Amino acid sequence: MKRLRFNQQEIVFAVFAVLFLAFSIFLRGFLTPENMLTLLQNVAVLGILGLAMAIVVIGRGIDISLIAALAVPPGLVLQMVQNGHSLPASLLTAVLLTIAFGLVNGWLIAYAEVPSLFATLATGLLLAGLGQAALFQLDVVQWSDGMKGFERLGQGTILGIPTSIVMFAIACVVVAFLLRQTRWGAYIYAIGDNPYAARVTGIPSRPIIVLQYVVAALIGCFAGLVMAASVNSMPTRVFNSTLIYDVILVVVLGGIGLSGGRGGVLNVIIGTLLIGTMLNGMTIMDISYAGQNLVKGVVLLLAVITDSFLNPRNEETAQQGDI
Amino acid sequence: MRDTLTSLRYRYWPDHLLGEILSKRWTETAIPVILLLIVGFALSRSIDHFLSPSSLADTARQAGEIGFIGLGMALVVIVGGIDLSVGSIFALTDFCALYLLDVLNWPVPAVVVATLACGALLGAVNGVLIGYLRLRAFITTLITLIIYRSAFDLLIQRYSNSIAAAFPDIPSWNFIGGGDVFGIPSVALVYVAIAIFGHIFMTRLRPGWHITAIGGSRRSAYNSGIPVRRTIALCYVASGVLTSIAALFFAARLGTVGGDIGVGLEVIVLTATVLGGITLGGGKGSVAKSLVGVLIVLLITNGLTTLNARGGINRMALAGILLVAAMVDIRWQKNRTRIISKVYVAPTYHALPPPPATEIGQGGPFEQNDKLRDVELIGLGRIEAPEDVILDRNNNLYAGSRHGDIMRFFAPDYQRMEVFAHIGGQPLGMAFDRQDNLYVCIGGMGLYRIKPDGTVEKATDETNRSMHSVNDDSRLRLADDLDITDDGLIFFSEATVRYEMDEWPIDGLEARGNGRIICYDTKTGATHTALRGLKFPNGICVASDGQSILFAETFGCSIKRLWFAGPKKGQVEVVMDNLPGYPDNINLASDGNYWLALVGMRSPSLDLAWKMPGFRRRMAKRVPVDEWLFPNINTGCVVKFNEQGKILESFWDLRGENHPMITSMREHRGYLYLGGIMNNRIGRYKLENADPNFVQYDKRWGKLS
Repeated sequence: MKRLRFNQQEIVFAVFAVLFLAFSIFLRGFLTPENMLTLLQNVAVLGILGLAMAIVVIGRGIDISLIAALAVPPGLVLQMVQNGHSLPASLLTAVLLTIAFGLVNGWLIAYAEVPSLFATLATGLLLAGLGQAALFQLDVVQWSDGMKGFERLGQGTILGIPTSIVMFAIACVVVAFLLRQTRWGAYIYAIGDNPYAARVTGIPSRPIIVLQYVVAALIGCFAGLVMAASVNSMPTRVFNSTLIYDVILVVVLGGIGLSGGRGGVLNVIIGTLLIGTMLNGMTIMDISYAGQNLVKGVVLLLAVITDSFLNPRNEETAQQGDI
Repeated sequence: MRDTLTSLRYRYWPDHLLGEILSKRWTETAIPVILLLIVGFALSRSIDHFLSPSSLADTARQAGEIGFIGLGMALVVIVGGIDLSVGSIFALTDFCALYLLDVLNWPVPAVVVATLACGALLGAVNGVLIGYLRLRAFITTLITLIIYRSAFDLLIQRYSNSIAAAFPDIPSWNFIGGGDVFGIPSVALVYVAIAIFGHIFMTRLRPGWHITAIGGSRRSAYNSGIPVRRTIALCYVASGVLTSIAALFFAARLGTVGGDIGVGLEVIVLTATVLGGITLGGGKGSVAKSLVGVLIVLLITNGLTTLNARGGINRMALAGILLVAAMVDIRWQKNRTRIISKVYVAPTYHALPPPPATEIGQGGPFEQNDKLRDVELIGLGRIEAPEDVILDRNNNLYAGSRHGDIMRFFAPDYQRMEVFAHIGGQPLGMAFDRQDNLYVCIGGMGLYRIKPDGTVEKATDETNRSMHSVNDDSRLRLADDLDITDDGLIFFSEATVRYEMDEWPIDGLEARGNGRIICYDTKTGATHTALRGLKFPNGICVASDGQSILFAETFGCSIKRLWFAGPKKGQVEVVMDNLPGYPDNINLASDGNYWLALVGMRSPSLDLAWKMPGFRRRMAKRVPVDEWLFPNINTGCVVKFNEQGKILESFWDLRGENHPMITSMREHRGYLYLGGIMNNRIGRYKLENADPNFVQYDKRWGKLS
């Protein structure tokens, strides 16, 4: 007999459905095609970042430095083009920088064994500081003529669908393929589920952990490029915002446990949709930014509490160091 | 000449201290403290007036504020959680204080109380969610971070103007913000008071140990009955209160509510916490670590600001130092025990003359024979590790077992066996007192008393701590054998203060005088150390004069006499030295002489190695433990000696089957009972010409049997 028990993913999806329904019924202008597209467009970047975070979290880590990866390498592209370099050369430099950054992260976590929370906190600061001190002339790196054509990555439509949504979709497919269809993906799940068992089994845990952070940084950079293309500039101050917390919320609310080994792309999509719906609805209701955050927080809290009642943890099976 | 130099070098150079210092828990903090000193030194060289009183006072003010939050964070991290909402709680309580003071014009004490209550409430929300509802700390405090922050944003939109307009001039409020006592800022004073309390709380009080236990292993803590949920919840409440204290001082110092108050504070505090060496995941941490971490972060950020570094460089420097420190710290924590195990063994010079002959045909009292070849075996395969054996007035036989029990074999055939008492640690030497209480030395636990009905009581497990020792030697690590004087003093030996029960042979490798003789007074219950610096003191027996004890130094290969009363009180005299083996327990014989067990015989190789401390140190560092050169404890013998130190007789088992290994023997009604710490049996040997009515403790206490 199947027990009537919901996991967090289903609860969040239910909350999303209820919210969506309520907004559609009570909120004028919510359930229109235009608004739906706006909704998705607004959360596309968040969703892409969520995918990057998901890879790391599934491998039982966390990557606080994603926002730095989002801001600095794309900012570098804009800055280099502004300074007269060609677009491909600039892109190549940015990608190399991103890979190097991911390697540093991964090395620190896998080989130097610094806790991921702390390591990425510090490397994020380091990269943001590097950008601020050495790479950018202004906090907001402006679009220049050399970038012409590149804005199509974030603006316009492909087959009637806004490009940023298409980009999100592409990212989803790529990450889903990586996680579900490749051996590396299986290794990531294994490491996240039980790192010691994975190591004993002979899985190259350390290289795989490095790989996670490199891929995460690359996806973060991709999100940054989409973001820069859609607003025609790179506001590097985004590093100071609380965006990273939103990203973590997307991942965790979607049902990817921070203890690793669980979840997938679908969870990120659900989490993104919930956040997106809430933000969009409240924007239509004309609630202030702080008010929106308050409502967002309370709803999230309720979701997590509900989850804890339906799926209580107990002291017997809780994992040590699982914060 | 060379031997003299070696002996002097090893007598006066304290090799053993390095390992002992490294194994102190406070050396875990070594890396953060070194980093703090380096940072402080570098900054004081590059910035003028960095160490001037005003600059220091300023740093102390900020350090105090961040320090309070650091203490709260340390607490929740130690209990196995994390509190990301401290920045927002800081902002909200700061607002609360200023709103109550400036807008509602409450008196200062009421403001203080209300602010602390507000902090407690905000912390309690976290606490209830994480402790009782068992949500994940990270995600929960992340959500409360957002909720509290947006609540704060909404509140200051309404009230920031009225707060900014007010300029309260209240002396007590100003004192909180900018006052000092003898140049020490008020906030630093309060911080020191709370930090000292916190240190005592975490290291000396039960709730503090509960917190560490939960962080170390939540499951074990739950199973051992610690109120896990309540303790966790209270930790978050404490974090909220500590944050609100910081906010109070901040509010009194600056008196403003800007929108960005406390933004990113959680990152700074978390950085400080981890940098101080408090492990994420729980179970490890201290107040000192939290303070060191806070000071490092503060010095770096302040120093770089003073140096007018660009924001980016500031960030990079902070991040770089953090990463390097974290890496070094993690390596240090990970390899610390390995380093300790490499340097802890510190051999010394120990020279013995060639031993007397034992071979057949060489003559002498130690000449080998086969008397023990056919000893009767008791409890074969049913008892493990009977280090000592003893018989009561009803002829029942008692022996310790490795499982922490005292076993009793019933007379007359010693076939029936029962667990007489369960203690939990391995019983070693035993003795009966006048009231038939059985006193037992328990390895790793101390001296215990078992009443005739089998109830177990602790007699003592500590003695006075010696002044110059690094290791805490007040606890008894390896109480070994004992005897009771006519006045009710119990003299017992503690074989070594440097090794635990399971690693006692390593002490023989060191051959340093690590042991001592301790005296417990049954009348007053007081314990004191009678004699220290002995090479593995072992067997103890009150001598026939009633004023001295005979004791064996196992790795000194000697028997000595210590006077505890009479004209020679306090003096030590050698009775026998240069024994051919390692002496163990000593007991009374029916003819007024003494029985002595030699637990193993000396070998030329170890005798030589004992003169070569450098060789043994290299061996301990480079060779795995199971290939070290250890004293032989496989074959020994029983000898009888008289008061003058003359060996009268020896008993061997040449075939090595029945009873080659002997740690103790006890004469009882014409039989000699044999125990051995590696044996699975007790031996019983019929003595010729012995008093068939001899009962050791009846003779001692003058009872009729």
